[in-house]
Amino acid sequence: MMAELGHFALALAMALALALSVLPLWGAARGDGRLMAAAPPLALGLLVSTAAAFGALLYVFAVNDTSVAGVVQNSHSAKPMLYKLAGAWGNHEGSMVLWVLILALCSGAVAGFGRGLPTALKARVLAVLGLVASGFLAFILATSNPFNRVWPPAPDGNGLNPVLQDPGLAFHPPLLYLGYVGFAVTFAFAVAALLEGRVDAAWGRWVRPWALAAWSFLTLGIALGSWWAYYELGWGGYWFWDPVENASLLPWLAGTALLHSAIVVEKREALKIWTVLLALLAFAMSLLGTFLVRSGVLNSVHAFANDPERGVFILCLLGLYIGGAFALFAWRAPAMAPTGVFAPLSREGGLVLNNLLLCSMAAVVLTGTLWPMFADLLFQQKISVGPPFFNTAMLPLSVPLVMAMAAGPMLPWKRAQLWPVLQRLWWAAVLAALGFALCLAFNGVRVGPALGFTAAIWLIAGAAADIIDRIALFRRPSAALARARGLPRAAWGAAIAHAGLGVSILGMAGMGLATDKLVALPPGGSTTLAGYEWRLDGVADVIGPNWTARHATVTVLRDGAVVTVMHPERRFFPLARQTTTEAAIHTTMASDLYLVLGEEEGGRAVLRIHHNPLAPWIWLGAAIMALGGGISLSDRRIRVAAPGRKRAATARVPA
Amino acid sequence: MSENTATPGRSLGRRRALMLAPLGLAVAGGAGFYAMLRGLGTGSYDPRGVPSALLGKPAPAFALPPLAESGLPALSNTDLADLPAPVLVNFWASWCVPCIVEHPQLMRLSRDGVAVFGVNYKDKAGDAAAFLTRHGNPFRRLGRDEPGRAAIDWGVYGVPETYLLDRKGIIRWRWPGPVTPEVLDQDLRPLLRRHA
Repeated sequence: MMAELGHFALALAMALALALSVLPLWGAARGDGRLMAAAPPLALGLLVSTAAAFGALLYVFAVNDTSVAGVVQNSHSAKPMLYKLAGAWGNHEGSMVLWVLILALCSGAVAGFGRGLPTALKARVLAVLGLVASGFLAFILATSNPFNRVWPPAPDGNGLNPVLQDPGLAFHPPLLYLGYVGFAVTFAFAVAALLEGRVDAAWGRWVRPWALAAWSFLTLGIALGSWWAYYELGWGGYWFWDPVENASLLPWLAGTALLHSAIVVEKREALKIWTVLLALLAFAMSLLGTFLVRSGVLNSVHAFANDPERGVFILCLLGLYIGGAFALFAWRAPAMAPTGVFAPLSREGGLVLNNLLLCSMAAVVLTGTLWPMFADLLFQQKISVGPPFFNTAMLPLSVPLVMAMAAGPMLPWKRAQLWPVLQRLWWAAVLAALGFALCLAFNGVRVGPALGFTAAIWLIAGAAADIIDRIALFRRPSAALARARGLPRAAWGAAIAHAGLGVSILGMAGMGLATDKLVALPPGGSTTLAGYEWRLDGVADVIGPNWTARHATVTVLRDGAVVTVMHPERRFFPLARQTTTEAAIHTTMASDLYLVLGEEEGGRAVLRIHHNPLAPWIWLGAAIMALGGGISLSDRRIRVAAPGRKRAATARVPA
Repeated sequence: MSENTATPGRSLGRRRALMLAPLGLAVAGGAGFYAMLRGLGTGSYDPRGVPSALLGKPAPAFALPPLAESGLPALSNTDLADLPAPVLVNFWASWCVPCIVEHPQLMRLSRDGVAVFGVNYKDKAGDAAAFLTRHGNPFRRLGRDEPGRAAIDWGVYGVPETYLLDRKGIIRWRWPGPVTPEVLDQDLRPLLRRHA
């Protein structure tokens, strides 16, 4: 019953989304106020019906309704409730419903909060969102219905892939989708602007918070995924340049560029065409990721079980949205008047440099991800593009990006001089150089990590220098606190986010110094790594709710004193006939002690021991970056409705 | 960013061309993806398949013990030479869900008189025998590869995986993944006719 209600709610959502994509657009074209006014209620209706469908899906998973195919394939009665619910979106069909739900949430937010938006722009934005929603609802209803019944009902489900039964992964997809779908809103704004033939500062002011929110969520989502890969897969790494990881990095890079160029539109009314293009690109990259992961054209450990039929459907949607938007862009953008002149050395110039570098990075990642597929298609050549390519190609782009990142926020608009900025940054440069020298002195000639430490110190100190300069801490210390309070939150947010990247880079540099060791120990045996003594006390059997495990006890000592006792496990899930490793991780702020239990043979247990200096800082940095985004979002200028548009008749393109 | 450098008028044509670039790239990419999806359907594009080094060669040397519970004869590479008709070698396991999906196709082939030889991969004898009792037995010979050694020599990617050998025992075709009804009709049957 609940499944049928959910199915019906999806169909209703589809009808509402179709109405939302047609009526307001028509109204905006004819200047019909009543049709345009239909957009917000339709968007809310879409939200309600999609939420109902998602609620029904959660319900059938919660009660383990084994007459629903998705439950049989992905759930099991013995699973903890959190993973039963997470199972609802841990598969292809359910994750698509979540995707559309988040899209509907965003549409609802535009409808509800966008009171200051001009009616026509709002109608067009909501119509584009409705169009996107209707396409994906059609996709769900036609090829991926999560409510399909099986008859007779199965006695119980097959269980969720045990690797996915993890709190980190339960929240990884929703965060990632909040990011992807957030870029659907900036995409809708860009398409609406192209339809209107007008981009101005007010447009930039509406787009930036959405880009910022999407970017913050995407940052968190990517970090959570990388953290999960680190502790759950047990390989000891945090980023593998896997195509699916790259697919999430692409919209992040484009979104980061968008975030920055939207500032230029807002403040200076320049880079307008470029910003529109970035808004289209960020969403194009999100959709490309969806296509790659779900169509089966990709060889990846992460890919969903897939079939080409779905791939063709998604490709058609991609053609409609991305192809359509780019065609609109090619048609309308050339007529947009270039405005906002600035010198190459200025805040705008710095942001252009940022955009160029970020887009080059995106191009590198895109090429590296797609090239093996196209080489296979065109030349029947099986090649794999791996970390060596990405690391080599990204490094020369990252170095200037990091160098410019500290200086950029200090440059004044329009025209700047480099000297005053360098004067304010000299101590950051000295600290960074000191870090480089110290790293080489302590760790030998390892340029990679040393460069990383340098970059991290430069970024963190640079962000501090920016804030110190803005509040005039040393020039007028008495008024500094008052000035700090008066400083726009956007400035705080930017500095915090930049410092956050520095913290992440610090962690990555530390990981560059990681050491590991593979040993086979008998109970009571011990080994040493990174100044610690690791003693295997024993291995025992333990039984969990839906698994059995071999559970090792390892005591870690330093200079004879016990540091910690660690329990790595090898879990066997009888239902899925799958073994997972549960790495034991002892975290201090300075490093991770990371322990994986391998096979046992002849009374000896294989242990893989990692010492990962500064590893937690990678994800801590990402959280700081997202926090910076959040603080910037709470800026008064964004919270208070954007001021009404100037009637700038000259900027209009004859339609 | 052409808007910073472009002077209106003269360079409008160039601007237009530049603004067409994203569309052009997207169309080219889309065409490529479409070709890949088509190729996935016909088998000419396969992102997972590393082309088997064994194609055009005889099977590697191996000798596997029988599955006693099944009463079927054992399998070794000497059984794969000088055959009256082409044969299939199917790697499977009772714990493998796609194997259940492909099983009806193997049963159909077996009923049609095609010799299907099985290699039971990393499986418990009792489970494997129970699987055959429950789903039917399509195999003429069955070897047990519990350590997975033979699978390594064959270069098996994962179960299920199926090989077609011609009458001289030369490996002609390899299919990683389940033999679905589509694969059976579009790939396997024509190949069986060609090598008959």
